[in-house]
Amino acid sequence: MNVEVTITVNGTEHRLQVQPRTLLSTLLRDELDLTGTHVGCDTSSCGACTVLVDGNATKSCTMFAAQADGSSVTTVEGLASNGELHPIQEAFREMHGLQCGFCTPGMMITAVQILERNPSPSEAEIRSGLRGNLCRCTGYHNIVRAVQHAASSAGGA
Amino acid sequence: MTTESLIGQEVKRVEDQALITGRGRYVDDLRLPGLLHLALVRSPYGHAKINRIDVSAAANAPGVVSVFTGADLAEQLGSLPAGWVLIPEQTGGEPMATPEHPPLAVEKVRYVGDAVAAVVADSPAAASDAVALVDVDYEPLPAVVDAEQATMDGAPEIHEGVANNKSFDWTVAAGDYDAAAAAADVVVSERIVNQRLIPNPMETRGIMADYNGGTEQLTIWTSTQIPHLVRLLFALVTGHPEHKVRVVAPDVGGGFGCKLYLYAEEVIVGMIAKQLERPVKWIESRTENYVATTHGRDHIADAEICGTSDGIVTGLKVHVYANLGGYLSTFAPAIPTILFGLMLGGCYKFENLSCTVAGVFTNTTPVDAYRGAGRPEATYVVERMMERYAHEIGRDVLGVRRRNFIRPFRRGHDMPIGVTYDSGNYQGALAAALDKFDYQAFRQEQRDARREGKLLGVGFSTYIEICGMAPSAVAGALGAGAGLWESSTVRVHPTGTVTVFTGTSPHGQGHETSLAQVTASRLGIPMENIEIVHGDTERHQFGTGTFGSRSLAVGGEALMMSLDKVIEKAKEIAAHEMGVDSKQVSFENGTFYVEDIQEREIPWGDVALGAYHAKNLPDGLEPGLEAVSFFDPQNFTWPFGTHIAVIEIDEMTGETKLNRYVAIDDVGNVINPMIVDGMVHGGIAQGVGQALQECAVYSDDGQLLTGSMMDYAVPTAEDLPSFETGRTVTPTTVNTLGAKGAGETGTIAASPAVVNAAVDALKHLGVTHLNMPLSAEKMWRTIEDAKEARRARRSAAARGGN
Amino acid sequence: MTTGTTDPFAYHAPTSVREASQALSRYRGDAKLLAGGHSLIPMMKLRIASPQAIIDLRNVEGLRGITENDDGSITIGAMTTYHELVTSDVINSKAPAIAQAASQVADTQVRNWGTIGGSLAHADPAGDLPAVAVALGMEINSASARSSRSISCDRFFRGYLETALRANEVLTGVTVPAQAEGSGSAYVKLANKASHYAIVGVAASVTIDGGGICTEARIGITGAGPHAIRSRRAERILVGKELTESVINRAAQRGGADIAGMFNDDVHASAEYREAMTKVYTARAVSAAVACADA
Repeated sequence: MNVEVTITVNGTEHRLQVQPRTLLSTLLRDELDLTGTHVGCDTSSCGACTVLVDGNATKSCTMFAAQADGSSVTTVEGLASNGELHPIQEAFREMHGLQCGFCTPGMMITAVQILERNPSPSEAEIRSGLRGNLCRCTGYHNIVRAVQHAASSAGGA
Repeated sequence: MTTESLIGQEVKRVEDQALITGRGRYVDDLRLPGLLHLALVRSPYGHAKINRIDVSAAANAPGVVSVFTGADLAEQLGSLPAGWVLIPEQTGGEPMATPEHPPLAVEKVRYVGDAVAAVVADSPAAASDAVALVDVDYEPLPAVVDAEQATMDGAPEIHEGVANNKSFDWTVAAGDYDAAAAAADVVVSERIVNQRLIPNPMETRGIMADYNGGTEQLTIWTSTQIPHLVRLLFALVTGHPEHKVRVVAPDVGGGFGCKLYLYAEEVIVGMIAKQLERPVKWIESRTENYVATTHGRDHIADAEICGTSDGIVTGLKVHVYANLGGYLSTFAPAIPTILFGLMLGGCYKFENLSCTVAGVFTNTTPVDAYRGAGRPEATYVVERMMERYAHEIGRDVLGVRRRNFIRPFRRGHDMPIGVTYDSGNYQGALAAALDKFDYQAFRQEQRDARREGKLLGVGFSTYIEICGMAPSAVAGALGAGAGLWESSTVRVHPTGTVTVFTGTSPHGQGHETSLAQVTASRLGIPMENIEIVHGDTERHQFGTGTFGSRSLAVGGEALMMSLDKVIEKAKEIAAHEMGVDSKQVSFENGTFYVEDIQEREIPWGDVALGAYHAKNLPDGLEPGLEAVSFFDPQNFTWPFGTHIAVIEIDEMTGETKLNRYVAIDDVGNVINPMIVDGMVHGGIAQGVGQALQECAVYSDDGQLLTGSMMDYAVPTAEDLPSFETGRTVTPTTVNTLGAKGAGETGTIAASPAVVNAAVDALKHLGVTHLNMPLSAEKMWRTIEDAKEARRARRSAAARGGN
Repeated sequence: MTTGTTDPFAYHAPTSVREASQALSRYRGDAKLLAGGHSLIPMMKLRIASPQAIIDLRNVEGLRGITENDDGSITIGAMTTYHELVTSDVINSKAPAIAQAASQVADTQVRNWGTIGGSLAHADPAGDLPAVAVALGMEINSASARSSRSISCDRFFRGYLETALRANEVLTGVTVPAQAEGSGSAYVKLANKASHYAIVGVAASVTIDGGGICTEARIGITGAGPHAIRSRRAERILVGKELTESVINRAAQRGGADIAGMFNDDVHASAEYREAMTKVYTARAVSAAVACADA
C-alpha cells in the first residue's frame, strides 16, 4: 500500500503517493527529477546522497521518503538563490574542490552544515566533519581548502 | 591578459558550473520514454558448475518483462576479448592462454559476481525483486583465490586446458643478473606482496542502451574512459556493425582504470535493448561494483637485489605471481608485464635485471588496471628494495640512492632493458624535496620521540613513471590490440568560435579546461569562445581515450597538430586577402599580420568568416576551416619525482598515522598547475590508502570478505593530512607541449614512501620489511614480535655470557 | 545482488507508545521499530533484513529530549539523536562519556538521525552507546501497550543483536543515575577505518573520594565480544585504591577477563588483537575518567 508524502523541496511543496520502500534519494531523483543528488553506495557510507532535511545533513539513501513527510529538504539544486551561487559553491570552484563532481553535491551540503554549526572550524574539525563523505579524486586537500575559503569569505562578509 | 599567457595559469575549471549546481549528467541521470531496468543474477560461488537455471518464477513476477540466461543469449553475446595478447617471444614460446569469456556464464561460474542471468523489468525495484526469484542450481567446485597456490599441482582447474591456471609466463631481462649476483658483496631478497585493491570511483558503472529497429542504430551510454574502444570491441564481439553503434560517455564520476574495458554488462544491456527494441538501463550498486568491476594490483613478488658493500647496486631480479582473476579483462595481460617489467630499472644505473611474471587465473574478480597500473607495483618493488639494501649495508637511504641515480639528461637516456627515458633530473627532484623537508632535523626529532615512546619514521620514494605509451607500432609488436595514438579535430566556425573534438575521454581530469587553455593560447581567442567535445563516437573521430596519464602528452599534442593545420590554412587565406605571400604572414594574439606593415592586419574572426564565405579564397583552396590530426608519439614520457612520508606509530596499539607528506613531481611543462596539483593530491590519497588501509580480502572458497564500503576502508578526509606539493620542470622532447603526464604520479610514489617510513620507524627493532596495508593489528603484531625476538636474543646473549 | 532497494513492507507511524506496541504485537515479531534507521535501513537495502512492517517512532510523543531530574539523574528519551547528545550541556557536564561516545559514532549525517534508543535496542556488538550504558549504570526504560518497566543495563544486552526487550516492548528512554561527587567518565575507541564502528571501545566511570580513593568503578566494553560487556574483574582491582598508573595498568590487564573465550575474530581484527586492545583501551578509558573526575 502506498503512503502519502508531503514534502517541501527547495522551497516548493510536493504531495506524492509512494511505496513505503521508496527512499528519499529515489523520490528526489526519480519522482522530482532532481538528479543532482547522487547515490554512490548502498551502506550509508559514501555521503554522495547528502541533502538537508529540516536543516540537518542527511544521507537521503538512508531515509524512507515516508520519514521525510512534512519536512523541508534542500538539495544541491537549491543551494544557489536568485542566480547567485552559494558561498560554498563559489569556494569549491575557486579552490578546485572537485574533479569528477560525483561526490560534490553531497560534499557541499555537508560542508554547509559544518559551517552553519561552526563558522570558523579548524582543519581537524573540517576533516572530522567530512568523514561521512567519500571522495576518490581530490585526496580531500582542496575540499578542505574550499571549506576554509567559504568560512573566511563568510567571516569577511 | 593576453591569451598567450593561459599556458601555466591556474585557470578555474569550465566544468565546474554544471557540477556544483547539480546539472551534471551521469548515466543514471539520463532518462528515456519507456525505459526498462535490468538487474543481474550473479554467482554466490567462487567456482561452480551451472546445472540448471529456472527463470519461471522471476519471469512471472510483477513488472518483469523478460529474463535471459547465458544459454539464451550465447550466440548474440559472443565472448569478451583479450585486448592485449602477449607475444610468444616474451612468453617462452608458449602462446598466451586466452580462454573464452561469455558475458553471461553458461556452463560454469568462475568468481563470486560472475553474471548468470539478466532480469528486465519496468522499475529498478521490480528487477531487483525478481533477481531473488531466479533459481540457479549450482554444483560448487573447489576454488582457489591465491595466485601462487593456483599454479600448484592439484589446484582446481579454472579454465579447461589451461595448465596450472597460467595464462602466461612472461620474461624480460637485461644484462646478466645471475653473474651480477654471484659477483656481488651483498644479495638481499624479500617477498613483497602488493595487495589487491578495489578501485572505488564514486560513481559506479552504469549503462543505458536504446535501439531503433528501423535504422538499426544502437546507442549505448556508458560510464567509460574509452567510448571508441567500447564501440569497436562491442562490434567485434557481437557482430553488430560498428557504424550502427554509437557509444556515449556522459559525465563520468571517476574511473581510475576500472572503466577502461569492454565489460560484460555493456554487451548484455546493448544486445537485450536490441532484442527487446526497448531502452534498457543497468546501474551497478556499490555492493555489486565490489565484485563485478575489475580490481587492481594483487602481486606476489619475490625480489632480490644485489650490489657492493659500499652502496652500488648491480642488479635486480623479480619473479611475480600476478593474479588475473577468473577471466582476462581487456588489458589485464599488459598490466603486470609491459607496464611493470619495463619500469624496474627505476631511476638507477644498475645494468642487470631479470623479471619473470606468471599471469594466473584464480576464482576472484578479474584484475586489470587501477591508477598507475603495473607502475606502482614496479616502483614499490624498486623503492622498497633500494631501502632494504641500504639498511642491509648500513648506509643512509638517500646516500645510496644518490650513488645510483642516473645523471641528469635532457635528450634521451638508453636503459639496459631496451627503453629510452626522455629526460630526467632525479637529483634535482630529490634536492627540491629536501628543500621542503629538513632531513637532519627529522632524524633528531625521531631520536627524541623514541625516548618518549613515540615511533616516528621517514620514507622516501624517488620514482619514475611511464606515461603516454607509444608508439603504436611498438605497442602492437608487444601485443597491443589497439593503437595508442590520439586524435583531435579543430572546427573553426564562421564567427571564429571553435569546437575542439578530442579522442580523450575525461572523467574528472579537467580536459575541457586544459585543452581550452591550449587552444585559446594558440589561437589567441578567449576560452569562452572554445568548446571541448569528447566522449561521443557519433560526434567525433575515433579516439583512444583517457588512461595511463596520456591525455595531454598524446591528446594535447594531437590538438596542437590540428591547431597548427588550421593556422596554416588561415594564414593562406589571410595572405590572399592582404595580397602577400603566406610565408610573410605572422599570427599572434588572434591577429594575422605582416611584419613591418602595420595596416596589413586581419583578425582571426574575419579569416574564419572568409574561409566559409569563400568569395575570396586563394586558387585551389577548399572552403572551410577545420583540421583532423592523429598523433602517434615516438616514445613514452617518463615523469619522475621524490616523495617523502612521515608517519607516527602508536607503540601500544599499532595505529599508524601519516603526519606529513611532501611531494615533488616533475611532469614536464604544466598547462594548469591547479589541475596538476589536484591530480597529485588524489593520487597520493590512493597510494596512501593502499599503504595504510585498503585491502580486498577473499576467503579460501572465493567469498569477498571486504564486500562493502563498511569493510573496505576507502580513505576519508580524517585519514589524511594536507599535502605539501611542488614541482621541478624537465620538459619532455616527445611532444611540443613538453608535457609528460600527471595523473598517476601520486599513486605510484606514495605507497613505497609510506611503507619505507614505517620500516624506518621500526628499524631499531630489527624490522626489515612490512607488507601492506599497515593495519593497526599488523603493526602491533610486528612490534610485539620484534620485542619478543629482542628479548629472546638478549636472554640468549645473557646465557652465552654466563 | 540488488540495486539498493529493500523488499516491500508496510509502513506505520503511530503517535503513541501504546499504538507502537500494538503494531509490534500485530506483526508477531516480523516488524521493526524505526528510530533513526541508520543500522536498519542499510541492512534492509542489502536484504539482510526484510521485515514485514516498519513502525516509525518519529511521531510518538514524549520520546525525545534530555531531562535532569531532581535527584541528579538524567532521563534521555529514546529518540534523542547523537547530535543532541553531543551538543547537550547537561550531558557534557554530568555524563561526558555519553557525549564522547556519541561524537565518535559514524559521521555528521548519521549523528543527525541516529538515536540513543536505536543504538541500544539494535545492540550492535560494536556500537558505541552500549558500552557507555554499561559504564554509567543506565536503566533502560521500556513500555508495552499495557505496562512499563526499567531494565538494568547489566541485564539488558543478552547476545549478538539481542536484548532483554520483549517482542512487544518499545524502548522509551534511559535513566542515567546521578553521578556522585568526584565522579568522572570517558569513552575511547579503536575504530574500524571503514565502518567507524568500534574494533574495541571502552567506557569507564569512576568515583574518587576526598582521600583520593576510588569508591566506585564501572567499565563497559564494546566491539570485543558478542555484545557490550561489563568488565567486573577490572573494576574490582580499581575499587578501594588510589588510581595510580600502576593500579590502572593492573586493572587494564584484567580488562578483557570478562570476555575470555568470546572475543570476536573477523576480517577486521583477530581475537588476539582485540584482547590486547581491550587492555590498552581499558587503561586509556580509566585514565581519562580519572582525569575527568579530577577536573
